[in-house]
Amino acid sequence: MPLDPSFVGRTYPPTAPYQVGREKIREFASAIGATDPAHHDPAAAQALGHPDVVAPPTFPVIVTMAASSQIIEDPALGVDYSRLVHGDQRFSYTRPVVAGDELVCTNTIEDVSTRGGHGFLTTRTDVSTVGGEPVVAVWARYVIRGEA
Amino acid sequence: MELPAKTFQVTRADLIRYAGASGDFNPIHWSDRVATKVGLPGVIAHGMFTMALVGRAVTEWAGSPDAVVEYGVRFTRPVVVPDDDQGTEIEVTARVREVTEDGLTRLEVTATCLGDKVLSQARATIRSAR
Repeated sequence: MPLDPSFVGRTYPPTAPYQVGREKIREFASAIGATDPAHHDPAAAQALGHPDVVAPPTFPVIVTMAASSQIIEDPALGVDYSRLVHGDQRFSYTRPVVAGDELVCTNTIEDVSTRGGHGFLTTRTDVSTVGGEPVVAVWARYVIRGEA
Repeated sequence: MELPAKTFQVTRADLIRYAGASGDFNPIHWSDRVATKVGLPGVIAHGMFTMALVGRAVTEWAGSPDAVVEYGVRFTRPVVVPDDDQGTEIEVTARVREVTEDGLTRLEVTATCLGDKVLSQARATIRSAR
């Protein structure tokens, strides 16, 4: 079933805040082998001007992937999750995520199209603090593979 | 200008660890049974794990973990990770495309696994070291 193009431009209500923990940043950094002290040691992060340990660049995907279920599981849009393939991912940072951040995601559908039997869905997630400070904008493009 | 290549070894254990750290428990990243059932040659790395390793290369080149201003990739080919002690390897190289007047450096990044490109349109913009 083709995706409904009338969803383009739709913005969803902000998600519940995600509390960024120091140990979560350390765990994520260790899992990708990122040993820079600023990911692990608050003093090293403070020397760079940050209040607490700094997350690696792709860390926000933990927050945005959970938030994107709002779109992907929207029954009205009708994405078949079993056919979903992650196509593109992009981050535009205002500042890095740091431990102690409380992050809220606002999802917008930027593009919906069908080509060659496959569906394409582009989402933009604006990640900001609960106080409204923008942190990072995140785009994901998904391909919903058509029935062969 | 070309930046020095970086090589990352990726084993099944790394994928399990990344799954736990990221919360992405899709079984195609840990179960050969599920991966082959959906037509993959075997367990594949999370695209976001590959992107994270490339991001690590970018921050290491930049010399600072907070220097990345913009970072994007397209996932073009899966990274198949065999169930053995060696796993596989991802090689990352980059070329400086542009240095802007306001101190931004734009990189064009290449990531390959067994000689095949696994990403396209992989680009990062970094701030010059302070």
